Amino acid sequence: MEERLKELSQQALAQVEEAQDLKAINDVRVAYLGKKGPITEVLKGMGKLSAEERPKMGALANEVRDEIAKAIEVKQEELERQAVEKRLAEEAIDVTLPGRPVPAGHAHPLTTVISEIEDLFISMGYTIEEGPEVEKDYYNFEALNLPKGHPARDMQDSFYITEDILLRTHTSPVQARTMERHAGKGPVKIICPGKVYRRDNDDATHSHQFMQIEGLVVDENIRMSDLKGTLNVFAKKMFGEDREIRLRPSFFPFTEPSVEMDISCKICGGKGCSVCKGTGWIEILGAGMVHPNVLRMAGFDPEKYTGFAFGMGPERIAMLKYGIDDIRHFYTNDYRFLDQFGRKEIR
Amino acid sequence: MFVSYKWLEEYVDLSGITPEELADKITRSGIEVEGVEVPGEGISGVVVGHVLSCEKHPEADKLNICQVDVGEEEPVQIICGAANVGAGQKVAAAKVGAVLPDNFKIKKAKLRGEASHGMICSLQELGVEGKLVTKEYSEGIFNFPQDAEVGADAIEALMLDDSILELGLTPNRADAMSMIGVAYEVGAILDRLVKLPDLSYDTVSKQAADDVKLTVEAKKENPVYLAKVVKNVKVKPSPQWMQNRLVAAGIRPHNNIVDITNYILIEYGQPLHAFDLDQVGTGEILVRLANEGEKIKTLDEAERTLQSHHLVITNGKEPIAIAGVMGGYDSEVTSETVNVVIESAYFAPSSVRQTSKDLGLRSEASSRFEKGVDPKRVALAAERAAQLMAQYAEGDVSEGTVAFDELSKEEKRISVSLEKINRVTGTDLSENEVLDLFRRLQITAEESDGVIHVSAPTRRGDLEIEEDLIEEVARLYGYDLIPMTLPVHATNPGGLSARQQKRRLIRQTAEGAGLTQAVTYSLTNEQKATEFALDTTETVKLLMPMSEERSQLRLSIIPQLLESVSYNRARQKDSSAFYEIGSVFLKTADQELPKEEEHLAGALTGLWQLHPWQGEKKPVDFYVVKGILDAIWDRLGIKEEIRYETAKMDQLHPGRTAAIYFKEEQIGIVGQVHPVKEKELDLKETYVFEVKLESVYAHDAEPLKYSAIPRYPSITRDIALVTDRTVNAGTLETIIKEAGGKLLKSVQLFDLYEGDRMEEGKKSLAFSLLYMDPERTLTDEEVGNVHNRVLEAVKEKAGAELRS
Repeated sequence: MEERLKELSQQALAQVEEAQDLKAINDVRVAYLGKKGPITEVLKGMGKLSAEERPKMGALANEVRDEIAKAIEVKQEELERQAVEKRLAEEAIDVTLPGRPVPAGHAHPLTTVISEIEDLFISMGYTIEEGPEVEKDYYNFEALNLPKGHPARDMQDSFYITEDILLRTHTSPVQARTMERHAGKGPVKIICPGKVYRRDNDDATHSHQFMQIEGLVVDENIRMSDLKGTLNVFAKKMFGEDREIRLRPSFFPFTEPSVEMDISCKICGGKGCSVCKGTGWIEILGAGMVHPNVLRMAGFDPEKYTGFAFGMGPERIAMLKYGIDDIRHFYTNDYRFLDQFGRKEIR
Repeated sequence: MFVSYKWLEEYVDLSGITPEELADKITRSGIEVEGVEVPGEGISGVVVGHVLSCEKHPEADKLNICQVDVGEEEPVQIICGAANVGAGQKVAAAKVGAVLPDNFKIKKAKLRGEASHGMICSLQELGVEGKLVTKEYSEGIFNFPQDAEVGADAIEALMLDDSILELGLTPNRADAMSMIGVAYEVGAILDRLVKLPDLSYDTVSKQAADDVKLTVEAKKENPVYLAKVVKNVKVKPSPQWMQNRLVAAGIRPHNNIVDITNYILIEYGQPLHAFDLDQVGTGEILVRLANEGEKIKTLDEAERTLQSHHLVITNGKEPIAIAGVMGGYDSEVTSETVNVVIESAYFAPSSVRQTSKDLGLRSEASSRFEKGVDPKRVALAAERAAQLMAQYAEGDVSEGTVAFDELSKEEKRISVSLEKINRVTGTDLSENEVLDLFRRLQITAEESDGVIHVSAPTRRGDLEIEEDLIEEVARLYGYDLIPMTLPVHATNPGGLSARQQKRRLIRQTAEGAGLTQAVTYSLTNEQKATEFALDTTETVKLLMPMSEERSQLRLSIIPQLLESVSYNRARQKDSSAFYEIGSVFLKTADQELPKEEEHLAGALTGLWQLHPWQGEKKPVDFYVVKGILDAIWDRLGIKEEIRYETAKMDQLHPGRTAAIYFKEEQIGIVGQVHPVKEKELDLKETYVFEVKLESVYAHDAEPLKYSAIPRYPSITRDIALVTDRTVNAGTLETIIKEAGGKLLKSVQLFDLYEGDRMEEGKKSLAFSLLYMDPERTLTDEEVGNVHNRVLEAVKEKAGAELRS
C-alpha cells in the first residue's frame, strides 16, 4: 500500500508537471483528488491493514494528498499567471498611433494680447471700459483737446459718416466718456480696448482697421513717476523681466507732458540691429499726463486732479513679440497663421 | 526737418559731441531723431579737377577725351560722356581707385581704344538725389565755381561728408523747423550759448517806399507784411557753401535770389518770397482775400482757381502770389531780374492751412505758416535777406522797410509753482535747479514765493500753459531721472464687468468646443453689409469711402466669416470652424449714432471629427453647430430659456434653418448656407450662426444653489413614439415635460428612426424618461400613473402612438 501511494504520488506529480493549461491541471485534480480518485481508492483498502499500520498509512495518504494538492495549486497559479500574461501580450497596442483629436479652437492672437494686458491691469485695480466704434466728433476729437481745425487732426485721417459722426480713430473717446460719467470725481482707473479705424490703404504696416488699448488713471496726486512705474511693470510683464524702458518726450494733443516709451531691444540686447533700426530701442507706446483741457472738459478740476494716460496697438505688440511681418495677417484669418497662436504662452 | 551738423555748428559750439551723440541727446530730451546720414559716406578718391582740354573722341561721337589736372604732377586723361563737359571747367573727378556710392570702384579703362584714368562725375553719381540737383547740372556733370582748389577733396567741397540729422517733428515743435530753432534746443541740451547771425549791411539812399506802396486789407489773415527793396541785383548761382547747405536741408538750389529766400526759410524758419519788382508792374502790393473764381498761374506753371476765403498778394489788380503757399509765375525772379521786392510776413495759420488744403498744395513755406512762425523773426528775416542779397547778389538795398504791422510780439507770461512741478512729475527739484533749466533754454524765468514766472519767447509758440512749462522742465531735466512709482490712492477693486465676463465665457466655451476665433473687418461692400442680417435696417455708409469694398458698416458678421472660410479653402484647408464676436451697426436717425449691437457668429465646414485610422470621419452638420450653441447657453445658465424653431432666411437652406429664441425674443439664426450661395462663394456644405448678445448679456441667470443629492432611486421608462414626420422632436419633448410634471426629472431623445419599416410619412422617436421624487422612493403605480398621462398627452396633442 505504501508502494502504491508513492507510485500514485510520483504519477500525479509527473502529470502536474506535464499539465499545459488550466483544464489539464483541473483534470489532474479531479483524477487524483476527486472522490473517485485513486487515493480515495487506496484509503478504502485501509480496513485490511493492522491497527498499528492504519494510522501510519492514513498519515502517509494525507501527506501524499497534500503534496499533490500543493503541487496542483502551485502549477495552477503558474498557469493562471501565464494565461494572464498571454492575454495581456495579445492585448498590446501600438502606443505611437495618433490619439483621437479633441476639437480644439483657440483665441485670435490679438485677443490673446489684449486679454493679457487686461488681466495685468485688472490685477493692479483697473476696470475695463468699452465704448462705441462709431463716435461723435466731440468725443473722438473735441473732448480730447482737438478742436475743429486743429493741425494735429491731420495726424489721423478719419472715416466720417456725417460731419459730426465718424468711425473712432482711437479708443480715447472711451476715456472722455468714462471721465464724463464720473462727473468730476476720482478715482478713474481704466483700460479701454477696442477696434479703431483710419483712412489708410492696407499694406504690410498699415490697416484701415486695427486694435488699440489705452489706459487712464485720474485721481488726486497722480504723478508722472506713477506713469513711468506703471509702464515699467507693464513692459516687464509683457516683454520680459530683462527689458529696460526709456521715456522720450513727444506730443499728443490730449496729454501734456507727452512721452513715448521705448523698450530695450531683445534681439540685439541694446547694441543696435535691424529690428530697432540700430538704436537699441523699440518704440512701444505713447503716453503722458492728461491735458488740463481734457480734464476740464470732462468735468474734472485740473487744480485738484491729475492723471496719466497711455495707448498702444496690440497689432504692433504682437508683431514685435512674435516677429510677425505683415499686419494684414491679423485680418485674413488664414489657419496657417492663426494656428500658430493656439498655444498659450505662459511666463 | 533735415539738420546739417556742419551748418548747425555755425550757431552753437558742437565740439566734443559726435553727430550720433547729438542725435541721441536730442531724441532723449525732446525731438525724435529718426536717422543720421552722411550723404558721401563710403565715397573716396574724388577730387576737384581742372579740365585742361576737352576733345571729341575720334571713334565715338558722344565721348570726349579730357586732360584733367587733379592736383598731381601730371594731368590724367579721362574719357567723359557728358554733353556739358568742356575745357576750363572745375569738375568732380574720380581718380583710378576711387570708390563711388554702392561700392562702385573706378578702374583704369579703355574706351574705343582710348585710355581713361578716372571718371568725371555728376552730382547724382556722388549720391545726391536727382531732385536736389540744380537744373543746370541735372542732365550732366557738375561744375564747381572757378575758385575751387584743384586737387581738394570734392566730397568735402560739396559738404557731402556732413552728417544730416533727420528730425521727426511733432506738430507742437514748429520752433524746431529752423536751424536757429534747433540751435536753441541743442544749446539748452548741451548748456552752450547760441550765436545768431550778424545782420549788418549797407544801404543806399533810395527809400523802399519810393518803389512800393503797400495796402493790407485782410488784416486778420495777414497781421504783418514787410517789404524790402533790393535793386540792381545780379542773378547768378549762389555760393557753393549756400548750395551745399540747401541740398543738405533737402532744397534744390536755383539762383542766388531764390536760394537766399530758401536759405533764410531754413535758417530762421521764416518763409520769404522775392518778387521781380518790374514784373509786379504797378509798384503796388495789395493783400486781400481772393475773389471767388479768381485765377492765378503759380510758380509750378499750374493755373489755380481761388475761393473767396483764400488770401492773395496782388499788384493792386491781379494776384501775384497765393499768400504763404506759392508765388505767382509772372512775378517770379528770373535770370533777367534786376530789382527785387522781398516779402516777409505773418499769415494766419488757419488761413494758410485751409488754402493749402483746398488747393492740394503743400510747400516748405505753407508747412511753417500753418503752424505759426515767430512774430519777432518776420523783421529779422527780412533784414537777413537784404544783407545776403547785398553780399551775394551785389544788390543795392533801399533804405527802410515798407511795413504793415499789427501783430503783437509780446512775450506770454506763464507761471507755475515749484510745488506743482514736483507734484506732477514726482521729482524733488529745487527752485535753483528749475531756474537753471530755463536759463539753458534761454527763457527768462524768475521765482517769487515758490512760483516760477516765465516769459515765453515768441519763438516758442507752443508754450501756453503751466503744463507746458512742466514739460520743459521735465524733458530737459531728463525723463531718465524721473523715479518710478505706482499710484497710491484709494481705488475700487479691478475686474471685468458681468458683460465682459460673459463674453469671455462665450469665447472659452466656443474655443473649447473647437471653434477658432476670427477677426474680420467691420467695413464691407453693399451686398455683404446686408446678407444674413438679423435686422433689415438701413446700413451705415461712409461719407467718402476709399473703395466700394469698404464703404459701409456690416449688419451681419457671417459674410466676412464666409470670406475667411473661402480664403482657407482656396489654400487647401477644407475644414474651417470659426467664430467671431464683434459689433454690427444699425442705422438710426440721420444725425444720431447708429445702434451698435454685439453679435456672436460662426461658420463651420468640412470635417468636424477626423480620426482616420479608427475610421472616424464626421462632417459638420446642423446638430454639431447646435450642440456648440447649446454648450454656450448651458454655461451661461440660460439653456432652459432657449428654443429653436424652424425658420427661413434668404441665404440659408430652406429646410435646415432654425431661428433661435431667448425667452420670447428671436436672438439669432442657425443653419446651412443655401446651396446656391455656397456655389457662388465656392463653398462646400457650410453651416453658420449669428446671435445677438445684448439680451443675453442683460439677463441675470438665477444664482447658483446646491440641491441635495437624491437619496432615493429613480425609475427610468423608455418610450418609442410613432408620429407624422412633420412633428418636431422639440414639440414632443415639450408635451412630455408638461405632462410629466415635477416627478419627471429629465427627457432624453435616444433614437430616431425613419427607415423602411415605418409606414409612409411616419417616424419613430424614442425617449428615455427619468422619474424621481427626492423625498421618497416612488412606487411603480405612481410612476405608471404619470407615465400614462404622458402617453395620453402626446397622443392627444401630437397624434403620437406607442410603437408596437
